[in-house]
Amino acid sequence: MKIITTASAGTMESSDIIVRIEPAEKPGIEIHLTSSVMQQFGRQIEEAIRGTLGNLGVEDARVEAVDKGALDCTIKARVSAAAFRAAKRNDYDWRVKQ
Amino acid sequence: MRLRRSMMFVPGNNPGMIKDAGIFGADCIMFDLEDSVAMTEKDTARFLVYNALTTLDYGNIEKVVRINDLSSGLGIEDLEAIVRAKPDVIRLPKTENAQDVIDCEAEIERIEREAGIPVGTTGMMAAIETAGGVLNAYEIAHSSKRLIGIALGAEDYVTDLKTTRSDDGTELFFARGMILNAARSAGIDALDTVYSDVNNEEGFIREATMIKKMGFSGKSIINPRQIAPLHEIFMPREKDLIKARAVMEAIREANERGSGVASLNGKMIDRPVVIRARYLLELAGENPDGEEETQEV
Repeated sequence: MKIITTASAGTMESSDIIVRIEPAEKPGIEIHLTSSVMQQFGRQIEEAIRGTLGNLGVEDARVEAVDKGALDCTIKARVSAAAFRAAKRNDYDWRVKQ
Repeated sequence: MRLRRSMMFVPGNNPGMIKDAGIFGADCIMFDLEDSVAMTEKDTARFLVYNALTTLDYGNIEKVVRINDLSSGLGIEDLEAIVRAKPDVIRLPKTENAQDVIDCEAEIERIEREAGIPVGTTGMMAAIETAGGVLNAYEIAHSSKRLIGIALGAEDYVTDLKTTRSDDGTELFFARGMILNAARSAGIDALDTVYSDVNNEEGFIREATMIKKMGFSGKSIINPRQIAPLHEIFMPREKDLIKARAVMEAIREANERGSGVASLNGKMIDRPVVIRARYLLELAGENPDGEEETQEV
């Protein structure tokens, strides 16, 4: 999945995460994360973002995320929605576990 | 018997509420992809509810998802995602006639086949929200074996009638009667509409008491604060439970004697008495057949 524009998903409310995805300036996935639980879960959140993008076949992207204590399932949901929006695609494949 | 006293709406794009929805004791959680989700966020809500359903454990609580209606252009994509996330029930909004249910069922069946889910796994319920829908309640209630219940959606309905909602519910009397009788004739549940003024507990209790008296199985709710008073209203009184237990005990004794006729205090126990006793005990979370409890309340 190729990221062709800037798009975001999520809110700044508690238990949510706002994810902004834009075309990469250099190859690979670049993640800039701010979290209210950075110390405890920062690495895990980053892994969840990276894993979700990997499952969607996104290879190059710049991701900015502000986390407000989101569960993993919320992170996956927000990253998926932002990625589809940033790829300008709506051919969701629900058979792929998001 | 599955209790459906409280069906709590949870906005499909609110992760905080989705995360906490299981802790309040509602009988059913109803994740909403329809009216509580802005048109610009239909995709994000779909992802969120899909991921919540495939990840979070809500225990024995019945999981329902209200999809957008098929004519909106959003309903099919909702089904593509949600059927694969295997909720207990899909709630179809704005049901006008039996064909609406049949069309939705065909899509669910197609997706079940594609996803390798046994056909028939996904339950359905239909919300009736217009004058036409109310008049077709009977055919709707009998339209599919998947239906677990039909529900009244009053806000759209009163708009269709060119009236507004009132405290005593006069404007809903016909719709409630139709939907209740249609549901019971099909052997499925009848679910009442929401009471929107969450700060008016007295009004909520009055309305819930009335619909319980009419025969409804339960009510849609929009705030966890409404669960406890609702369950209290549906809880049978102790003296009725004592009588119901005695009825079931008399039936057991008659069965052990090999007798087809049971009596209690010198009076023969009719079949409707047994059915009512069984229903009361099930409402109270007891097993009418005298074994372990069927459901925690």
